[in-house]
Amino acid sequence: MLPFIGRRVLTAIPTLLIVTLMVFGIQRALPGDPALMLAGEQQDPAVIAFIRAKYRLDEPVPVQYAVWLGQVVRGDLGVSLRTNERVLDLIASKLPVTIELSILSLLVALVIAIPTGVVAAVKKGRAADYGGTILALTGLSIPNFWLGIMLILLISVRLGWLPASGYVPLSEGVWENLRRMIMPAFVLGTGLAAVLMRQMRSSMLGVLKQDFVRTAHAKGQSGATVVVRHALRNALIPVVTILGLQLGALLSGAVLTEQVFTLPGFGKLVVDAVFNRDYAVVQGVVVVTAVAYIAINLVVDVLYAVLDPRIAAR
Amino acid sequence: MGARLIRWLTLVVCAALVGGALAQATLRIGLAEDPDVLDPDLARTYVGRIVFASLCDKLFDIDTTAAVVPQLATGYATAADGLTVTIDIRSGVKFHDGTDLDAEAVKYNLDRSVNLPGSNRASELAQLESVTVVDADTVELHLSTPFSPLIAQLADRAGMMVSPTAAEAAGENFGNAPVCAGPFKFVERVSQDRIVLERFADYWDAANVLIDRVVFLPIPDSSVRLANLQSGDLQMIERPAPTDLGAMRADTNLVIPSTASLGYQGITINESKGGARTDPLARDVRVREAFELAIDRNVINDVVFDGEFLVGNQPVPPTSPWYVADMPVPGRDLERARALLDEAGVDRVSFEMMVANNPEAIRTGEVIQAMVAEAGFDITLRATEFATALDLQEQGQYFAFPVGWSGRIDPDGNIHAFHTCDGGLNESGYCDPEVDELLNAARAAGTMEERYDLYRQALERYLPDRHIIYLYHTQLFFPHTVDLQGFQAYPDGLIRLQGVSLN
Amino acid sequence: MSLEAAVAREAPDLHALPERSGSRAWQRLARRPPAIIGALVVLLFVIVAAAAPLLAPHSPSQPDFLAVRQAPSAEYRFGTDEIGRDVLSRVIYGARASLIAGVISVAIAMGVGVPLGLLAGFYRGASDELIMRVTDAVLAFPFLILAIAMAAALGPSLTNAMIAIGIATTPTFVRLTRAQVLAVSAEDYVQAARALGASDVRIITSHVLPNSFTPLLVQATLTIAQAIIAESALSFLGLGVQPPTPSWGGMLNTAKNFLVQAPWMAIYPGLSIFFTVLAFNLFGDGLRDAFDPRDE
Repeated sequence: MLPFIGRRVLTAIPTLLIVTLMVFGIQRALPGDPALMLAGEQQDPAVIAFIRAKYRLDEPVPVQYAVWLGQVVRGDLGVSLRTNERVLDLIASKLPVTIELSILSLLVALVIAIPTGVVAAVKKGRAADYGGTILALTGLSIPNFWLGIMLILLISVRLGWLPASGYVPLSEGVWENLRRMIMPAFVLGTGLAAVLMRQMRSSMLGVLKQDFVRTAHAKGQSGATVVVRHALRNALIPVVTILGLQLGALLSGAVLTEQVFTLPGFGKLVVDAVFNRDYAVVQGVVVVTAVAYIAINLVVDVLYAVLDPRIAAR
Repeated sequence: MGARLIRWLTLVVCAALVGGALAQATLRIGLAEDPDVLDPDLARTYVGRIVFASLCDKLFDIDTTAAVVPQLATGYATAADGLTVTIDIRSGVKFHDGTDLDAEAVKYNLDRSVNLPGSNRASELAQLESVTVVDADTVELHLSTPFSPLIAQLADRAGMMVSPTAAEAAGENFGNAPVCAGPFKFVERVSQDRIVLERFADYWDAANVLIDRVVFLPIPDSSVRLANLQSGDLQMIERPAPTDLGAMRADTNLVIPSTASLGYQGITINESKGGARTDPLARDVRVREAFELAIDRNVINDVVFDGEFLVGNQPVPPTSPWYVADMPVPGRDLERARALLDEAGVDRVSFEMMVANNPEAIRTGEVIQAMVAEAGFDITLRATEFATALDLQEQGQYFAFPVGWSGRIDPDGNIHAFHTCDGGLNESGYCDPEVDELLNAARAAGTMEERYDLYRQALERYLPDRHIIYLYHTQLFFPHTVDLQGFQAYPDGLIRLQGVSLN
Repeated sequence: MSLEAAVAREAPDLHALPERSGSRAWQRLARRPPAIIGALVVLLFVIVAAAAPLLAPHSPSQPDFLAVRQAPSAEYRFGTDEIGRDVLSRVIYGARASLIAGVISVAIAMGVGVPLGLLAGFYRGASDELIMRVTDAVLAFPFLILAIAMAAALGPSLTNAMIAIGIATTPTFVRLTRAQVLAVSAEDYVQAARALGASDVRIITSHVLPNSFTPLLVQATLTIAQAIIAESALSFLGLGVQPPTPSWGGMLNTAKNFLVQAPWMAIYPGLSIFFTVLAFNLFGDGLRDAFDPRDE
C-alpha cells in the first residue's frame, strides 16, 4: 500500500509543476499591462513606473516565475495587486462560500440522483427508465447560468420568495444564509445530479445482474430489501469515485453560478482577477485548486485500491 | 442527546435573532464595483471615493451646486502673487484613533500625498513645493506657480486627512485598516463582499450623524443590485441602469434623487499617438466632422439610456456655469456629412472602433455603428477588456475609443490633461501650443471671469479639431427606500451621510 | 491493474471494449426514440444555421430604433432586443456561432488528443509519462477557468474561444484513446499480429482505430454538447463572439439586465441552447447505449 501511495504522490509533483508553468504562462500571455490598470484614471507615469518596479513586472518572465515559485513553496502566495491583501487571506475568506455551495450542491445532486438512478435501473427499459434518462439529460443540457437567470426572474423578481443575490455567513444567520444558497445550490446540483444519476443507473444495473443478488432473491428477500441492503451499497462505490473527478466540473459551474448570484466565492474571485489582471490572485487560486484536486483524486485512488487490491499491485 | 439538540437549536435561533436585530440599525448601500485600496493617497477608483466620503473627511468639501465649502479647514486665503495659500484648520478635531488633527497632522498628510511612493495624488499637487506650520491651527502652502484649482483638489482625495500615528505604524498596509477623521470609522472589509463602517462618537459634527452602522456591498450586476433594493436587502444603490428607472419610479417604496454629474462621455480619436497615422479619420478633420455629424446624440440617449442622460458637446455639461452657450450641441446632418466626405475625397471610411467590454458600452457602440453607416462609415466593433484597452491606447494602437471621464469639481480637471501637448491623459496626440498657453493661463488666473474667458478661447480652438467628440453626460441617480430621510444628491456622485437618518 | 479497472479509471463514462460496429448495433439505435429525436433535432439546427439568410425574416444586426424592446408581435415573432433588433433572426443566426464552436472545438480536441493518446498508449515509457502528466495538469485546472484565462489571453473572438475550449477538452480524448490502445493491445489477436511482425502503423490502422471509432464518436457527440455550453458561457462573460454578430450566450449576457422589461430576450436564446445541447446529448447517449454490449 505504502509504495502505491508513494508512487502516486511522486507522479503528482510533476503535474503540479506543469500546472504552475501553465498558469504563469497564460497570465503573462494576457495582453494588457496590470500597471496601467492599477494606475487608475490619472495614469500618472511616476505611479506606473513605481508599480512596475514594486511587482517586478519588468524583470524577465523566467525570473518572475522562479521568484514566485520560491514564494509558493514557502507558503507565500503573494499579494493582490488590486487591494494589497494577501492572496492567502483572500482565498481563506472566499473558500467557505464555495465549499458551502459545493456541499449543498452535492446534497441536492445526491438527493436527486440516487433515487432516480436506482428506479431507472430497477425499471429498466420501461417508462420510468426513459423518463429518468430524459430528466438526467435535461439537467446536463441546461446552461446553468441560464437556469440561474430564469430562477431569479421567477422566484426573486416575480414571486419575491427568495433574495436574488448576496451572501450572509452562517455565523450571522443560518436561515438567511440558506435562503441565499438554495437557488445557486439547486442550479449547480442539477448538472451534477445528471452525471451522478447515469453513473448510479449503470453501476446499479451491473450489480443487479450479479449472482449474490439472485441468491438474495432466491432466498425470498423482497425486491426493495435486495435493492437497498445489497445492491445499493456496492453500486455506490463507482459513484463515489466519480465525485472526485467531478470536483473540477463543480468549480467550473461555481464560476458562473457565483457570477449570476453574486456570491463572493472562489469562482467569482478568479474571474474578476483574470479581468483585472490580478496575476497573483489567479496564480494562487489555480495552485490551491490544483493541489486540492490532485489531493482528492489521490484519496479516491487510495480508496479504490483499498477496495480492490488488484489495482495496488500494478 | 435531546438536551444537546435543544441547546444547539436555541443557540442557532438566538444567533439568527441577534443577527436580525443588529441589522436594523444599519444602512446597507449597494455599490457598482468593489473599491480598490482604502488609502486616500493610493486610491484610484471613483467608487472608492464613495466609501471615503463616510470614512475620511477632507480639508474642503462641496455643496450641492459644486461650490467649495469648509470641512476640516475653516477657511483659506491666497496671497496676491498666488504663490502662498494659508489654510485655517478647525480646532478640536480628532482622528478615529483619538489623536488630534492639528497643523502638524495636515502638513504630514500633504507631504505624504506628494512623497509616498506610488501616490496617485502627487500629480494632483504637482505645484505644491512645501508646507509650513504657522501655528497649531494654521498651515501655509507654498506653490511653484499660481494654481487656481488647488482648493478644488483639496476638496477631493488630496485633501483627505489620515492619522499620522496610524500611517507611520502601518506603512504601506495602511489601506487594510484606514484611520481617518470622518463620521464613520473602519470596522472590517471582506474583499468583493462588503466594507463595514460604524459611527465615530467623537466626530467633530457628531450631532449630524444619525446612523449607527454603514455597510457597503459591491454588486456589479445592475439588475441584481436593483433586485436587492426592491427586496429590502439594501436601502440605497448607486448607478442604477438607466433602463431600470421606469420600473423604479413605479415602485412607491423608492425615491430617486438625482443630479447632473461633473463628467462626460465621448469618443477619443487617435490622431497621432504612437506615431504618424495614415487613416483618413486621423489625417483629415473633415472626416472627423462628418463622423460627428453622422451621429444623433439624442438617439443614443433615447435608445441606450431611455432618455435619462443629458446630451452634450463640451467637456462640461450644458448645465455647468463653465459651458459656452454659443457653441451648442449640433444635431445630426447626414447630407453635410456626406458632402464633407466627398470634399475630403473619400468614398467610404472603414476602421475598427474599440469598445469597453460591458453591455452598455457595446450597445452604444452598436447604435453608433448603425447610425454612421448611413453617412459612409463602416465600423467594425472590437469589444476589448479594459486592461487591454488601456494598453492599446497607451501604445496608440487604436482608431477610436468611446471613453469617459468621471469629472472634477474644477473644469481644469476635465480639460487640461486631455488637450495639452504633454497632458497625461492626452491619448489622441493632439498638440497646439496656443491651446497650451491658454489652458496654463486659465489655471493661474484668479477670477472666474478671467478663467471662463480663457477656457472659452481654448475651446474655440480645440473643439473643432474633434479629437474628442463629446457625446453626453451621465445623470447621477441614488435610488433609496422611503424610510431613508435627509439624503441629497451631489454632482460628484459621492454619498454623504451627514443629516441622513433611517426610520 | 485489471483491464476493467484501468478503463474505468481512465474513462469512467465508458465501459469496456464495445462491440465492433455492426448492423445489429445500428438497428438497436434505430429502435430508440430518444436517440432518433436527438439526431433529428441536431439535423434541424444544422439546417437552420446553414439556411439562416433564407429563414431569418429580418437582418440580425440592423437595429430598428423605434422598436426597442418590443414584446413578440406579428412582425417580430420573438420580440426585439435592447436596441431594436429582431430576436428571432438573431436566434437563427446565433445557431451558426454555437454549432461552429461546438464542432470545431471538438475537431481541435480530437486532432490534438487522439494522436497524443495513441503515442502514449502505444509507446508507453517516457512519452506516456510526459503526456499523462501534462494531461493531468490540464485536467487539474477547472475547465471554465482555463477556458476563460485562455480566451482572455488570446483576445475575445469566436476563433479564440474555440481554441480555448478545444484545448480544455483535449484531455478527455487523450485519455480515451490511450485506454482504447491499451485495451486493444492486450487482445490476443493483436499480440499474435505483433509476433508475426506487423508494424505499429499497421496495428493502429487495422485494429486500434476501427475499434475506437464508436467510443470516439460517442465522446465527440457528447463533447460537442459540452462545447456549445462552454461557448455560450464564454460569450456570456464577453469572451466569445464579437458584437454585433449574434451568439446565444452573448444574447443572454445582455438579456440578464432586462429580465423584467423584456423576458423574451432571455427565454428564446436560452431555450435554443437547451434544445441543441439536449439533442446532442440524446443522440450521443443513444449511440453509446446502442454500441454497448453489456446493456443487453
